[in-house]
Amino acid sequence: MENLERILSEHPFVKGLEPRYLELVVGCAANTLFKEGEYLFHEGEEANNFYIIRHGKVAVELYTPERGAVIIDALEEGDILGWSWLIPPYHWHFDGRAIEQTRAIALDGKCLRGKCEKDHDLGYELLKRFANVMEDRLESTRMRLLDVYSVRA
Amino acid sequence: MKEQSTQKYFLDAASIDAIIQTSMADGCTVVGPVVRDGAIVYDTVKTASDLPIGWRDEQKAKSYRLVRNDDKAMFAYAVGPHSWKRFLFPPTQRIFRSQRTGKKFEINTNGEQSTPHYVFLGVRPCEVAAMAIQDRVLSGGAYIDDRYKTLRERAFIIAVNCGHPAGMCFCASMGTGPEVKNGFDIALTEVLDEKAHFFAAEAGTVRGEQFLARIPHRPLENDEAEKARQVVAQSRKRIAKSFDPANIKEVLYENFEHPYWDEVAKRCISCANCTLVCPTCFCTTVEDVTDLTGDNAERWRRWDSCFTLDFSYIHGGTIRSSVRSRYRQWITHKLASWIDQFGTSGCVGCGRCITWCPVGIDITEEALTVRNQSSPQRKPQEQGVA
Amino acid sequence: MTVALNPMIPEPFRVQHIRRETHDTFTLELRPDNGRIDFPFAPGQFNMLYAHGIGEVPISISGDPGVPETLTHTLRSVGAVTGSLSGLKKGDRVGVRGPFGSTWPADASMGNDLIIIAGGIGLAPLRPLIYRMLQERDRYGRVAILYGTRSPNDILYRDELEAWRARFDLDVSITVDQALSGWRGSIGVVSTLIGRIHIESTRTVAFLCGPEVMMRFTAVELRKHDVPTDRIFLSMERNMKCGIGLCGHCQYGPAFVCKDGPVFPYGRIQSWLSRREV
Repeated sequence: MENLERILSEHPFVKGLEPRYLELVVGCAANTLFKEGEYLFHEGEEANNFYIIRHGKVAVELYTPERGAVIIDALEEGDILGWSWLIPPYHWHFDGRAIEQTRAIALDGKCLRGKCEKDHDLGYELLKRFANVMEDRLESTRMRLLDVYSVRA
Repeated sequence: MKEQSTQKYFLDAASIDAIIQTSMADGCTVVGPVVRDGAIVYDTVKTASDLPIGWRDEQKAKSYRLVRNDDKAMFAYAVGPHSWKRFLFPPTQRIFRSQRTGKKFEINTNGEQSTPHYVFLGVRPCEVAAMAIQDRVLSGGAYIDDRYKTLRERAFIIAVNCGHPAGMCFCASMGTGPEVKNGFDIALTEVLDEKAHFFAAEAGTVRGEQFLARIPHRPLENDEAEKARQVVAQSRKRIAKSFDPANIKEVLYENFEHPYWDEVAKRCISCANCTLVCPTCFCTTVEDVTDLTGDNAERWRRWDSCFTLDFSYIHGGTIRSSVRSRYRQWITHKLASWIDQFGTSGCVGCGRCITWCPVGIDITEEALTVRNQSSPQRKPQEQGVA
Repeated sequence: MTVALNPMIPEPFRVQHIRRETHDTFTLELRPDNGRIDFPFAPGQFNMLYAHGIGEVPISISGDPGVPETLTHTLRSVGAVTGSLSGLKKGDRVGVRGPFGSTWPADASMGNDLIIIAGGIGLAPLRPLIYRMLQERDRYGRVAILYGTRSPNDILYRDELEAWRARFDLDVSITVDQALSGWRGSIGVVSTLIGRIHIESTRTVAFLCGPEVMMRFTAVELRKHDVPTDRIFLSMERNMKCGIGLCGHCQYGPAFVCKDGPVFPYGRIQSWLSRREV
């Protein structure tokens, strides 16, 4: 646990978090290891966790009948993965698959959610940080939507 | 070409025909003003009677009319829709022919259009300035339009100072008229009153001096020089339009996204008239054409205009698709970018673009409006994009 | 910088080899046909390529400036001229006018770290710069090549990219906008790769080439890392008819892309990049 605390506390995501909240977050954290090809979560499953990727790469995918699985996003070292635990109905919308062996810190979102309900200050701190993550992801997605490399006739 | 002679001479009215005949005898093609299609245009002249004797022009925004005055004045007009660029820089010109045989092709530039020795009779001071501006564009850079350069070097410029500026002229504001200071071989001022009809002439080059020597002339006497001076002085007073070009470059750059351009865009129909009549506009396009077999191809250069939709087309689309952006491009280029590109304004104040605009857009009014409503944008933030 | 022979007249070159890069992109390797032995050029320059009877297009030179006996161009088939050129066979002729334009300051950047950022076919005008740099690799600091394209199928110069990636003295990252499962690389626009390299802003020079919006956002990203505006270079593109500054088509603000560019320092065009319909 001490090791986890050190690792977590160095991550930009928790920067500025009050020590008691950091402790709380650490309390909900666990080290995980996924083998290459292993799924972290599936579309439709209950979303109870979010992940901070330490090493490796995770593809966020959506299965389509015509094309098979299409990679929507790929998250690498340092990235935050998963916010569905925050947003009702708390289900994953995509599949998450380890492209290579991946070490990640899994955080118990369900547990944190309960704590946020009780302590809104904690809730605000977490939501602030997730707003950032979402904005980042959204901007990146929008840029890709532009399809800048295509040629229009 | 810059040797100045300060001696002024008297040429009688008949000298004009002598000038034309002497030039033709030298093998030159004389181009001058003629009346055609309700306007004074430039075309080959063979005798002085081809000139627009007794004609005046009345010009307003979107209006050009010829009026008969029934006197002997040969150059009593301002400028028409033509400028001398149509001779130095022809509207269409073949660049090469290419013949394909099998996998190979061979390009041939022999026998392309001739380069006549022109004598330009009746060049206005603003037009002399326009030629100097086009010189910088077409023969002043790293790459030169050879044909333009040759035609230009051969052309003999007989300038005629303005005695009858038109309503849209603003040459005085742009420092290009109504009197020509240099850039000519011969400069004439036509004087016509109850007593006399003559031309005050001066040579601007050695070539001009040598030519003048062959035309009957004598030094100016009595009040002749004063009369000639008065013609120019009167013209200066009659120029109604003024435009202060100071800092217009900064104003146009800084107000590039000004909402006023939307207002102009409502009126502009992007007909390209302004670029066609402008004596300094130089944009061209190339056209590649073939016969039915595809083996014989030609490339032609022709005048183009930044007002056309496909002028700025790159794969994926046209960059300047709105009329607003095209009008803005033209005026910004003419009055602002030109200075950064070639060291002078692109505008000589001839007023043609105003006269010949079907909706009467006035370049000076537009520029002044933007200057008066100027609200320079913040510099784009480092982080964001406007 | 070499001056073209007769800048308005195309010179026939012979197609030595034509290589399909992707479904719509191909590379022409040309040899001079008229007695001249080579075609010297500097990285960043372009030629006007003439398809007999059809027309011309401005295409950046994409070959090795150290091997001027072969003239290489990578093109995308998007219109009449490029479509015609895409159908060429060995032995066919292409007209060439050039080389024109400003260059990537390869030599002036020696002693610095380089970041070379390419989007889509933008990798083609940067490739001569990469070759030049590799020729004198030890004159440069760290070199990163960041390449983004639409999908794995659109990756240009795959073999070379893999060879460059295998080198210990190059940091090569590739990202795509979208991929099917099986892709093991990054996803996202190329500017997102910038955050993954360490940038020493006082000794970095960046070279960008790709769709204009990509270059615009990438430059903003580099500025966040304090790379000076006079050390970020972009290659711009506009309609060209003559390529030699006489036809007026390629104007971008007061600059002529054909002679003041196509390579520009970011500082010079920064304010124009953020304006519309320039």
